[in-house]
Amino acid sequence: MAHESSDSPLGTTAWRDFVADWSADRVAFRVPWGKAMMWLFLVSDTFVFSCFLVAYMTVRTSTPVAWPNASEVFALTIGGVELPLILIAIMTFVLISSSGTMAMAVRAAALGRRREAGMLVLLTAALGASFVGMQAFEWSKLIVEEGIRPWGNPLGAPQFGAAFFTITGFHGLHVSAGVLYLLVVAIRLLTRGAAAADGGQGVEIAGLYWHFVDLVWVFIFAFFYLW
Amino acid sequence: MHDSHDAPHGFWTRYVFSQDHKVIAIQYTVTALAVGLVGLVLSNLMRLQLGFPGHFDFIDANRYYQSLTQHGMIMVVYLLTAILLGGFGNYLIPLMIGARDMVFPFLNMLSYWVYLVAVLVLLASFVVPGGPTGAGWTLYPPQSILPGTPGADWGIILMLVSLLIFIVAATMGGLNYVTTVLQARAEGMTLFRLPLTVWGIFMATILALFAFPALFVSGVMLLFDKVLGTSFFMPAIVSMGQPLAYEGGSPLLFQHLFWFFGHPEVYIVALPAFGIVSDLISTHARKNIFGYRMMVWAIVAIGVLSVVVWAHHMFVSGMNPAFGFFFAVTTLIIAVPTAIKVYNWLLTLWRGDIHLTVPMLFALGFISMFAIGGLTGLFLGNVSVDIPLSDTYFVVAHFHMVMGVAPILVIFGGIYHWFPKVSGRMMNDTLGRWHFWLTFVGAYAIFFPMHYLGFLGMPRRYYAYENYAFIPESAHTLNAFITVAALVVAAAQLLFLFNLAWSARRGRLASANPWGATTLEWQTPDTPPGHGNWGAQVPVVHRWAYEFSPPGQARDFVPQNAPPDAPVE
Repeated sequence: MAHESSDSPLGTTAWRDFVADWSADRVAFRVPWGKAMMWLFLVSDTFVFSCFLVAYMTVRTSTPVAWPNASEVFALTIGGVELPLILIAIMTFVLISSSGTMAMAVRAAALGRRREAGMLVLLTAALGASFVGMQAFEWSKLIVEEGIRPWGNPLGAPQFGAAFFTITGFHGLHVSAGVLYLLVVAIRLLTRGAAAADGGQGVEIAGLYWHFVDLVWVFIFAFFYLW
Repeated sequence: MHDSHDAPHGFWTRYVFSQDHKVIAIQYTVTALAVGLVGLVLSNLMRLQLGFPGHFDFIDANRYYQSLTQHGMIMVVYLLTAILLGGFGNYLIPLMIGARDMVFPFLNMLSYWVYLVAVLVLLASFVVPGGPTGAGWTLYPPQSILPGTPGADWGIILMLVSLLIFIVAATMGGLNYVTTVLQARAEGMTLFRLPLTVWGIFMATILALFAFPALFVSGVMLLFDKVLGTSFFMPAIVSMGQPLAYEGGSPLLFQHLFWFFGHPEVYIVALPAFGIVSDLISTHARKNIFGYRMMVWAIVAIGVLSVVVWAHHMFVSGMNPAFGFFFAVTTLIIAVPTAIKVYNWLLTLWRGDIHLTVPMLFALGFISMFAIGGLTGLFLGNVSVDIPLSDTYFVVAHFHMVMGVAPILVIFGGIYHWFPKVSGRMMNDTLGRWHFWLTFVGAYAIFFPMHYLGFLGMPRRYYAYENYAFIPESAHTLNAFITVAALVVAAAQLLFLFNLAWSARRGRLASANPWGATTLEWQTPDTPPGHGNWGAQVPVVHRWAYEFSPPGQARDFVPQNAPPDAPVE
């Protein structure tokens, strides 16, 4: 092994030890391959959402037409009172809560409590589905009541509708896919006992995806509704 | 992983819907070569028009632009990316790291079939009304989706849909390649014992996972601009005398997103070629690769730098001079790790026991082509030098040499090198030598004169060059010469295809390790390797991949899995 003694370009001992540990044989991360693959996918997907959000910020700052006022567009009138951002607050609360139930499901699966884990995953999927339902309601309100379309917007810049429907739609597809994914995980937990075989890893991997989708929502929420 | 499962028996599961990485690799390679042949024919159509304008009525301006666009897109994405990652990556990664297959074979199979759908959608654009898009391979809006550009009705839609499908396929494959390299190596196979081929493909795949999202997003938004009438990239615009409904979009945004993908894409193609050529040179020069660790760090450095240089494609689009300065500096810094690699290849050859086999010829051809093409990159990386040369044939010459011809030479070399393992037969040597010399000399004859045309100021992407006072007669003569050379090079590829088909059935039977290589894929119990690659026992790795010509040994190489201190017979 003639190459063993050659210098690494950043020659500190700590760096060298770090590289040696990480580059040891067989595995770079001490996790099942499925979890490593999910991490990689999520990093790649982060780039997709980042590109969407950066593109949204760019068109928002470069369009010469005024941007609609978020607290008016996203307000609901309930009992004669106009409540700004009320729907989105509920949606965000529901989605964040679903991350909580997902975390409980992961713990239950790791402890081998299959039935409890399965029910918690089902609950998470239900919360996710209700999020998508509320999003559909919000879309229909924007389209029907306020006349906002992907190609135009009576309240101002056409890019508002374009960016909003594209990005929340893409996120909504992620949530919908996640709901289906979670249903498969739940069925496997409740019928086949998959958790017992893999120490809850399958549930944990699904959880990674679910928490990621929630985290992305936090950014979409901040950039669309609070800016 | 898959230690115990049985090999599939039926024809369909073995050869069509196979989950075996070796079959998937062959499917990828054959499909990519087939679609690459289309790209080659398109380039010859362009050359016929440029060399002999007016002689070929069927090449009108629209056909010319469609050929130009589809040639670029096919060669960069559907041939080079697909064959290097899907073909070489699939075949070599599990074999070289001592795994039985990719970690997720089903997803791997899906990757190929989705790629095939992308290719079919692309080819379908040739038969829809209006034909394929002629917007140029960069697909810049607004022109790419407006009437006046060929294929603005259906061609551009199919192009974008095909790209989006391709990205899905590349992601499914890419997740497999990266995870397999990270998590499925054989005992003793540390990252710093990996053959450089694996390092190159590994880093390129990471780049693909980071860069394709930008193309995905720009593709989705451009598709919406076209189909839904959104205004992401479309400013207020008057087309054919009519004001359009678009307003307030940013065409520059598309260019940034496109090149945030487009520049790493250059290295998605180049890094696997760097890796493969390192192994070819070391093996056929019977000498350890010079500066292995530096070669690895150079691959990593090039990968990192490649995501912060994208705007050097946009020096003439208009940007703050400070940004131009930044992107020029990062671009020129890439020359440092790249030069390290070229010097190390040369130092590997130095005093080596050089066997001028066909793979070695292609590897040497690559070094020459890549060094010359890379040097002109230093011209173009400087803003002030780039501006007069921008959009001239100088640029065409530069990128064809450095990222077109150079990687394709490595792909040829790689196919000649690994064909004996894939098929169990050697490729014909004489045909291989003819193929090399015609391709190598021909490629220089095509692209070297283009530098001169560029200095003359001859703009690229024009359909016809008659009646421009600044273009002298000699340029037209040169264009005719280039066209003849291009036709010869294209015809020479028939030698390669014939050799491939003939040798697969009739070639001389190959031994398990005809080149005396050290890496694991040559140490399999069967040639071609069987399902699961390794028989009963996966290999254990004892040394790096470049133990050539060790003193005091009977053989001039030691395989990576040979036990230490065992007598070598």
